[in-house]
Amino acid sequence: MTVLTARDAGLVGCTRCGRVWPEGTAECGRCGARLHPVDGRGLQRVWAWWLAGLIFYIPANLTPMLRTATLTGHQENTILGGVVELVAHGSYFVAAIVFLASIVIPISKFLAIAYLALSVGNERRAGAHPHLHLYEVVEFIGRWSMIDVFVVAILSALVQLGTVASIHPGPAAASFALSVALTMLSAQSFDPRLIWRGPARTTGP
Amino acid sequence: MSSPAPLDQLIACPSCDALHRSARLGESERAACARCGTLLITPRARSFLHVIALAFTAMILMIAAIFFPFLKISAQGFSHASSVFEVAMAFSEGFLAPLAFAVLMLIVGLPILRFGALIYVLWPLANARPAWPHAAQAFRLAEELEPWSMAEIFIIGTAVALVKIGGLASVSLGPAFWAFCALIIVTALKNAFLSQWTIWDAIGRK
Repeated sequence: MTVLTARDAGLVGCTRCGRVWPEGTAECGRCGARLHPVDGRGLQRVWAWWLAGLIFYIPANLTPMLRTATLTGHQENTILGGVVELVAHGSYFVAAIVFLASIVIPISKFLAIAYLALSVGNERRAGAHPHLHLYEVVEFIGRWSMIDVFVVAILSALVQLGTVASIHPGPAAASFALSVALTMLSAQSFDPRLIWRGPARTTGP
Repeated sequence: MSSPAPLDQLIACPSCDALHRSARLGESERAACARCGTLLITPRARSFLHVIALAFTAMILMIAAIFFPFLKISAQGFSHASSVFEVAMAFSEGFLAPLAFAVLMLIVGLPILRFGALIYVLWPLANARPAWPHAAQAFRLAEELEPWSMAEIFIIGTAVALVKIGGLASVSLGPAFWAFCALIIVTALKNAFLSQWTIWDAIGRK
């Protein structure tokens, strides 16, 4: 299939609203978004956000997320510790949700973004469609990691029962929220049009 | 697609850069990218009015969700109620304070800002008038903020928190909780009626 891209036609398309402008235009005249030519320069930004997100992901897992004080004692839980506790209580379903949202999704997001960014231009082997689907999944699912931060907020606001039980947020809440936000920015900086440059070159006129 | 067409009749697919010529579509038609399948145009009949109505509804629900009690727990004679505002303020002590502001923005501030911007953009368009000044900036803002408005994630977070508290104390759900649930449904409906390209086209026509 031969596809004429805006780039091949000497044009630049707006990734926000789809309007097409002559190459070299800096700003979309309809929606005001910055126009980016399809080149690898944006990948630097992807890697910068990615690395920042990874750095904050480390303290997010090592420091406590929740500090619980009950009549029987005092307890600090990391993200993984919270999952283990849920399993111990027999809440397997909720444990699975938390495990997915705060451990599986963040880690696979780091891997998926790195894979997409590294394989730009080499999609011919696997084909571009799987890569685009992977990108769409990463974009869609990344924000759901924020769930754990909200859980901590709700627990700390609600469980203030004086001496019976009280819950306070730990430092991991902040570093985890930052890590999620930074990886979201990393995914948003990735230009999916790059995925198609490889195939377009081989089949183009 | 070999003959030249005026630039304002072309669409470049935002996902793969393939060029398409735009067309006015019928009510139930949609246009997808020929190469990667990304939806380009999804018009619906009277969709502007639907979106305005739903955005208004969502805004009213959000205001109710802020001011009514959200959750209440009680155990061994102690009880404690929280509003959504207090949930965000859970982080307000010490060095976590910026997180309190961020959470407040994610679950309340940005959704309200988006609803307001959508109403501002679509009100004149639905009445067949030219777009108000700065409509393009307002709609672009609403679009860029979309991944950051996390009301629906907050509600799932509430469900998880309820299970965690379950063994510790008894929890009662306040009106704000139900307002929030309704808000999620209304927001999802609104997104289904939203056709970005149609709105950009209407803004651009002036």
